[in-house]
Amino acid sequence: MLGDTTVHALREVDLEIYEGEFVAIMGPSGSGKSTAMNLIGCLDTLTSGQFLFEGSDISNLTPDELATIRNEKIGFVFQSFNLLARTTAKDNVQLPLLYSGTPRADRVRVAENVLKEVGLGDRVDHHPSQLSGGQQQRVAIARALVNGPALILADEPTGALDTRTGIEIMSLFQKLNATGITIIIVTHEADVAQFANRIIRFQDGRIISEENNKESVNAEELLQNFKPVDRAG
Amino acid sequence: MTYNDSIFAAIKAIRVNVLRSVLTALGIIIGVAAVIIMIAVGAGAQSQVDNLIKSLGSNLVLVLPGTTTSGGARGARGSRPTLTEDDAIAIQNEIDTAQVAAPVVRGSGQLIYGNQNWSTVIYGVTPEFKEAKEWKMKDGRWFSRDEVRSAAKVALVGKTIIENVFEGIDPVGEIIRVKRIPFTIIGTLAPKGETPMGTDQDDTVIVPLSTAKKRLLGGRRLSGKLVRTIWVKSYTAEGVDESVRAMTELLRQRHRIQPGQPDDFYVRNLSQILQARADSSRVMTLLLAAVASVSLIVGGIGIMNIMLVSVTERTREIGLRMAVGAKGIDILLQFLIEAVTLSLIGGIIGVILGLMGSVGIAEIGGWPAIIQIESVFLAFGFAATVGIFFGFYPAKKAAMLDPIEALRYE
Repeated sequence: MLGDTTVHALREVDLEIYEGEFVAIMGPSGSGKSTAMNLIGCLDTLTSGQFLFEGSDISNLTPDELATIRNEKIGFVFQSFNLLARTTAKDNVQLPLLYSGTPRADRVRVAENVLKEVGLGDRVDHHPSQLSGGQQQRVAIARALVNGPALILADEPTGALDTRTGIEIMSLFQKLNATGITIIIVTHEADVAQFANRIIRFQDGRIISEENNKESVNAEELLQNFKPVDRAG
Repeated sequence: MTYNDSIFAAIKAIRVNVLRSVLTALGIIIGVAAVIIMIAVGAGAQSQVDNLIKSLGSNLVLVLPGTTTSGGARGARGSRPTLTEDDAIAIQNEIDTAQVAAPVVRGSGQLIYGNQNWSTVIYGVTPEFKEAKEWKMKDGRWFSRDEVRSAAKVALVGKTIIENVFEGIDPVGEIIRVKRIPFTIIGTLAPKGETPMGTDQDDTVIVPLSTAKKRLLGGRRLSGKLVRTIWVKSYTAEGVDESVRAMTELLRQRHRIQPGQPDDFYVRNLSQILQARADSSRVMTLLLAAVASVSLIVGGIGIMNIMLVSVTERTREIGLRMAVGAKGIDILLQFLIEAVTLSLIGGIIGVILGLMGSVGIAEIGGWPAIIQIESVFLAFGFAATVGIFFGFYPAKKAAMLDPIEALRYE
């Protein structure tokens, strides 16, 4: 779905991300990785150059047209979860469906299914304050999944979590990737990037390295060998 | 996002800060309550005046004689009788807009019945008087033209006399002495209440004009066909002015008054006088209107203020909503609907307080207040308009946010 996508971003950046890939974007702060992510997420537009999404040029779309693409094709996961407080998990997950005009009854059903998928079938009516960090991030992932996106963009998804929980979340991403969803993770932690199939490093607004990570770590296996001592991480 | 969803979301957002929301809506609450009370008081005052006019007789003007002048000193109004029965007949016959013209003589005298006596007002009138004053009978009959012509000694009595003199006896058919002359009571009058000036209209004996002049109230000053006043009733309220104009002309002609000379009579338009009095109660209404408009504006600014705070507080939420696909219009509508919901909730509370206030003013304050159902819709309309007007700017501001900036906002 994301095939042939070419991203020209920042300075002389030439990047292609293919459908079904699991990509990690790394770099220190100020390296331009956030800008790259905003461009890929259709939140920002290019000042010059070209951005193809699913083969079509979207460089000149209006903000509302970009909103529709974000709604239908892209799921966002943030470091700080960005859940609505005082709103149940179920209602948080429904949020993208509100803007795609899905009828109320369908919304509730779909939201509950997706929450079950991420392992929170018994927490649908809990508020964020009643959930642990890992559970909150799962709700956020369910929200990203609810519209059946082609791409999930995660910005430091484990940054606010302890190591074990972080690995659990990465395991969830790997499982989703296995179903064909393209996943792009922005991180500055090399440990987190090791779960991806491809690692792209940014520095000073340029790509300084691009490597296929043939020995990507399987998060599920890692969890089984995980020693409780390391929890403090 | 459907409107239902938006309204749910708005109510939810408002419930997050109940106290803040209520305080914000206070201006709207007071404004709406003031609108409702204002209209109720206005309607009450108007209906009180309408009732008074009705009790006096509607579309009625009173023609009084002019003043005497002797040696440069002017006498009191009505001190020189100039009006006659023939003037009344001429007014009724020659002025198209005039329905009836009733000549009246009036005086006071002592009534005696058995061992009771009572001082009252005596009216000498013709049957036209009944029509002019729209005075209904309670019992018995009005006197006929024949009885007027023959100066029959018949009388009608009002409620106050029945209560004070007859004490439970049916007065119809009884003989009563008016100024020592025996009269047969042929009817009783339906109660009419007090005039706006506080005169008890039911403390009255009515006798034929001719009888009154010949036997009770005659004398040098009311000799011949002279009468004290003429009541003129027009067919319609709109016709009153034309009647006044035409009868002024007619009476000047009949009394042979040269152009440039002052009238020797005086026309008083009672409805107009009462209406003028009613207008003074509009001061209260205007005051409330001022309170209402200031409150609504202040309330609107309060809503704008709190919505701006809300937009700032929820910048991240706005960024998130945009990231998951909300368009500018979705965000705009969300905050606009929230502002309107807030002001409509204020409107509902204001309506309740306004209705209670109207009842309170009527019950405790003694102000006549009539609740108008239209005022509820009007007040609601004001509240909604204020919400839209003052909610638009914050909503627009929210819709214009850059999603990246908004998501990053701390």
